[in-house]
Amino acid sequence: MSEQVAFQHIEKTSLIGTRIKKPDAPAKAIGKTRYINDMVLPQMLYGKILHAGRTHAEIVSIDTSEAEKLPGVHLVITAQDTPDLKLGFVKDNAPLKDKVRCERDEVAAVAAESEAIAAEALKLIKVTYKDLPPVYTIEDGLKDGAPVIQDRFPDNKSLSFKFTHGDMAAAEQKSDIILDDVFNVHYVTHCCMGTSCAIADFDHNGKLTIYSQTQYPYNYKMDLAPALGIDPGDIRVIQPPTGGSFGAKLDVYPFEPVAAILAQKTGRPVKILFDREEEFINSPTRQPARMHLRTGCTSDGILTFRAADVMMDNGAYTSWGPTVPVIMMRTVSGHYRVPVVDFKGQAVYTNNAYAGSFRGYGNVQMTYATAQHMDMLAEKLAKDHNLDPIEFRLKNAQKSGEVTPQKSFLRECALAECLTTAAEASDYVNKLNKYTAERAQEGRYKRGIGLASSIHNAGGAKIHKSDGCGTILKMDDYARVTVITGASEIGQGIDAVIAQIVAEELGVPTEHVNLVNNDSDLGPWDVGVHASRTTFIAGNGARRAAIKAKKQILAAASKQANVSADELDLRGGFVVQDKDGAVVTKLDKMLRQMHFQPEPDVVMVSDYYEPNSEPEGRDHISDHSAAYSHAVHIAEVLVDTYTGEVKVEKVTMAQDVGRVINRMGLEAQMEGGLAFGLGFALSEEMIFEEGRLKNPSFRDYKLPTAPDMPDLDIHFIESDCAEGPYGAKGIAELPTIVVAPAIANAVYNATGIRFFNPPMTPEKVARAIWEKKQV
Amino acid sequence: MSVKTELNFTLNGRPVNIEVPVDMTVLNLLRENLDLKGTKYACGEGECGACTIEVDGTTINSCLMYAADLNGRTVMTIEGLGAGNKMHPMQQSFVDHGAVQCGFCMPGMIIQANYLVKQNPDLTREEMKRGLEGNICRCTGYTKVLDAVAAIVGAEG
Repeated sequence: MSEQVAFQHIEKTSLIGTRIKKPDAPAKAIGKTRYINDMVLPQMLYGKILHAGRTHAEIVSIDTSEAEKLPGVHLVITAQDTPDLKLGFVKDNAPLKDKVRCERDEVAAVAAESEAIAAEALKLIKVTYKDLPPVYTIEDGLKDGAPVIQDRFPDNKSLSFKFTHGDMAAAEQKSDIILDDVFNVHYVTHCCMGTSCAIADFDHNGKLTIYSQTQYPYNYKMDLAPALGIDPGDIRVIQPPTGGSFGAKLDVYPFEPVAAILAQKTGRPVKILFDREEEFINSPTRQPARMHLRTGCTSDGILTFRAADVMMDNGAYTSWGPTVPVIMMRTVSGHYRVPVVDFKGQAVYTNNAYAGSFRGYGNVQMTYATAQHMDMLAEKLAKDHNLDPIEFRLKNAQKSGEVTPQKSFLRECALAECLTTAAEASDYVNKLNKYTAERAQEGRYKRGIGLASSIHNAGGAKIHKSDGCGTILKMDDYARVTVITGASEIGQGIDAVIAQIVAEELGVPTEHVNLVNNDSDLGPWDVGVHASRTTFIAGNGARRAAIKAKKQILAAASKQANVSADELDLRGGFVVQDKDGAVVTKLDKMLRQMHFQPEPDVVMVSDYYEPNSEPEGRDHISDHSAAYSHAVHIAEVLVDTYTGEVKVEKVTMAQDVGRVINRMGLEAQMEGGLAFGLGFALSEEMIFEEGRLKNPSFRDYKLPTAPDMPDLDIHFIESDCAEGPYGAKGIAELPTIVVAPAIANAVYNATGIRFFNPPMTPEKVARAIWEKKQV
Repeated sequence: MSVKTELNFTLNGRPVNIEVPVDMTVLNLLRENLDLKGTKYACGEGECGACTIEVDGTTINSCLMYAADLNGRTVMTIEGLGAGNKMHPMQQSFVDHGAVQCGFCMPGMIIQANYLVKQNPDLTREEMKRGLEGNICRCTGYTKVLDAVAAIVGAEG
C-alpha cells in the first residue's frame, strides 16, 4: 500500500460551498436520538409547578399539607423555601413567587415519583389569593397612581433606550414627504416542537449537573447560580439534543432553578417537562411593540430622516424581550442610508406575559415598519415624480465601506446587488405596475407583489465584553479529529459546518471529524448560539484551530521529507507536495511518527477567536458586529377578497451570505427562517384577554404547515467578507425578518390596504376589504 | 389505580404481550413501557403529528389512541421502519436532502411520508403537501421534506 501511494498525486479540491449532510441526522431519522425530553436518570423524580392562573394578587396563604401526604410525593416547595433568589435581566424575577404578577407565575412546586402523582399533588395545594387591581395596557401602566407591578420600579417604567443623530429640525425642513404611522406588532411564540425541559442532579459535593436546552451554557451558569444561591463554578451544564430553540432558551426561566431546588432538597435527580399547554403559557413570547415611525424623504427620493418611538409591554418580568431596541435602532439608523435619526424605546411593566429573545430579535418588529414605509415612499415617488421603485431604493442603498450613524461599519455591503438580483428574477416592477392596474378591476381574486429588505448583524453582536468562542482540537494516531467547541447545536447545523471547515483544512473526510459541544465541563467559553453568530464566530475559531494543527503537522513533515513546510499540504488523508499533489506520506502514519519519536509531538491545539467588533455601549455608538448583511425578499400573493385569505405563492429571496459554506444547511436556514416569518405575517397570534392566554394549543395557534409554503427562488449573493470564515457571514435571522413586510407590501399591492397591525388573518383582511368598500 | 387489561399485538414485527391501564394512550405505552422513544410527544391532542405511527397499515396520532385498542393489531413505529442502524430509503432520503434539523418532528413526518408513498407511488408535490399537512415542523419550512419525498417517488420540484 505504502509503495503504491508514493506515486499518487492528489488534486487540490475544496469542500467550501458543497452540500454537507448533518452528522446527527441519521440517528434522528431512525428514532434513536435521545432528546432531553426522552431522558430518564436512575432514581429520578418528576417535578411539576403550580402556576397562579391569575394575573395580579397577593398570596395570603399556601397550605401544602394535603399534597405532602399524597403517597409518592417527596417534596412540596413555595417561595418561603427559596428566599431572595433572583433571576432575569434586571433580577426582577424569582424561581417561586411571593406575589402574583402574571398568569404564569410559579407559586409552588412538587417533586414526586411520577408525573401523574405530581399533577395530582398540585391539585391538593390550597392557595388563598387576594386579587389586586391589574394593569393590562401600556397606557394603564403609565397612569398616575397605577398599580405598581415591581416595587423597585414605582413608575412601572422598565428599560429605556435612546439614540439621536443629526439635526432633526433641519431634516424635517428638507423633507418633501414625511410619513407618520403607527405599527403594532403582536405576540407570537417559539413553539419549539420539543417542549421545555430540565433535569437537575446534585452530587455529594453540592455540585449541580443540569441537563438543559439552553443556547448559552457558559453565561447560563452565571445567571442560574444566583437563583440557587450557589457558585457558578459548581454548575455543570449538559446539553442533550433538543427539539428546537429559536431564541427561547437564551435566558434562565423559573422552571430551571425550580428543578434544581427540588433536586438539591431531595438529593435525587428531578425532571421538569412541560406539556404543550404549559409550554404556551409559560414560555417567553416575541416582544410585542407599538412603533410610531416617521420617515422623511426629498422629492428626488433621498431619505432625510427616520424617527421611531417604540413602546413595549414589558409584561411582569424582564427577560431579553424589552432589550430588543438595541437591534431595532440599528435598523432605524441602518436600513438604507439614513442621515438623521431619532430613536426612543420604553418598556412598561404590566400584568401580561413577558418576552424573551426570538429569532430576528427586534428586527422582525422594526423591519415590518421601515420596509413598509420604504414601499409607501416608493409608491408616492413613482406616482408623483416618476421614480422607479428599485431606483429609489438603490439611491438610498449603502455601499461597501459606508458607516451608519451608530458606527456600524458596512465593510462589504451587497444591498444593491440583492435588490437588483431579486427584482430582475421576479420581474418585480412590471408585475407591480400590472397588479396595481388590475386592483381597480372587478374580480374576487387579486394578485400582488411586494418587496422588503433589511440589515442585520452577521458577524456576532458584542452585547457582552467578549463575543468570542473557544475551540480545542486534537488528532489521534489514526488521523481522526476531535473538535471541542463552545458553540451549541440546537438543530441549526453547526455540527456539519465545523466538520466541513476542519475537514477542509486538514484534508480528511468530514466523517472523520467528531464534535464535542454538549458539556460545559469540557467545552471552552462561548457566548451562545444567537445573533446569527455561530458559523461566523465558531466557524472562524474551528478554522484557526485546524490551521494551527496543520502547521504543526507540516512542520514535522517538512523535517522528515526535507522540504519547506509551505511547499506541503494536507489532502485526502495524505501529506502532499502543494504544487503537484505528489504524495509524501499518509497522514495517520505521519501523526504516529510524530508521536513515537524521542521527543513525542502530539497534535492538541486550542484557539480563542474574538471577532473584530466593539462592545455595545450605553450610547449605542459602536461597531458592534464584525459584519453586517442585507437581504431582499419579494413576495407574490393571491388574495381572496371574499374570504380574506392571503396565499403566498412565491418568494424570491436574495441574501448577502458572504460566502456559501454548507449549501444544504444554508438553504435549510433560508427555508425554515422564511416559514417563521410567514406564520408571523399571516396566522400566528397569541390572544390574551385580561392577561390570560386564550389559545394555548396548536388547534387555535396556527403554525404554517406544508401547504402554506410558497415556491422559493433563493439567490445567494457572495460579498466575500474579509473577516468571515472563507468570506462567510452569519445568515439565520434575516429570512425571518424580511418576509413579513414583503407580504404586507404585496397585500397592499393586491388590495390597496395597508396592514399596520399583523397578523394578516383572513378575518382581518376580509373585514378591511369590506370596510374599504363601504367608504 | 386504574383498571388494567391484557394486550397482544405485533410491534415492529415482534409479538408483544403486556398488561396496560385501560386509560393509557398508545404514545405513553410506546414511550414509557416499551422504551420506544422515537415516537414523540409534542401536543397530546392530535394537532402536530409528532407521534404518528402505523397501525394495521394506516397512520394515526398515537396520542389519541388507547393502548387497549391495540389488541390483535400490527404496529410500526419509526424504530421499525428500517432495520437497526440501516435506514429505510425514506429515512435515507430525509438525511440526504437536509430535511432533518432539530429532528424532533421527523419520526412522525417520515412515518407519514412513507405511508403516503405506499398509498400512491405517483404522489405529486401538491398531494405531498396535503398529505403532510398534519405534521408540524418548526425548523425546516417543509421544502427539504418535500424534496426528500419527491426523490423517493421520482417526482421533480
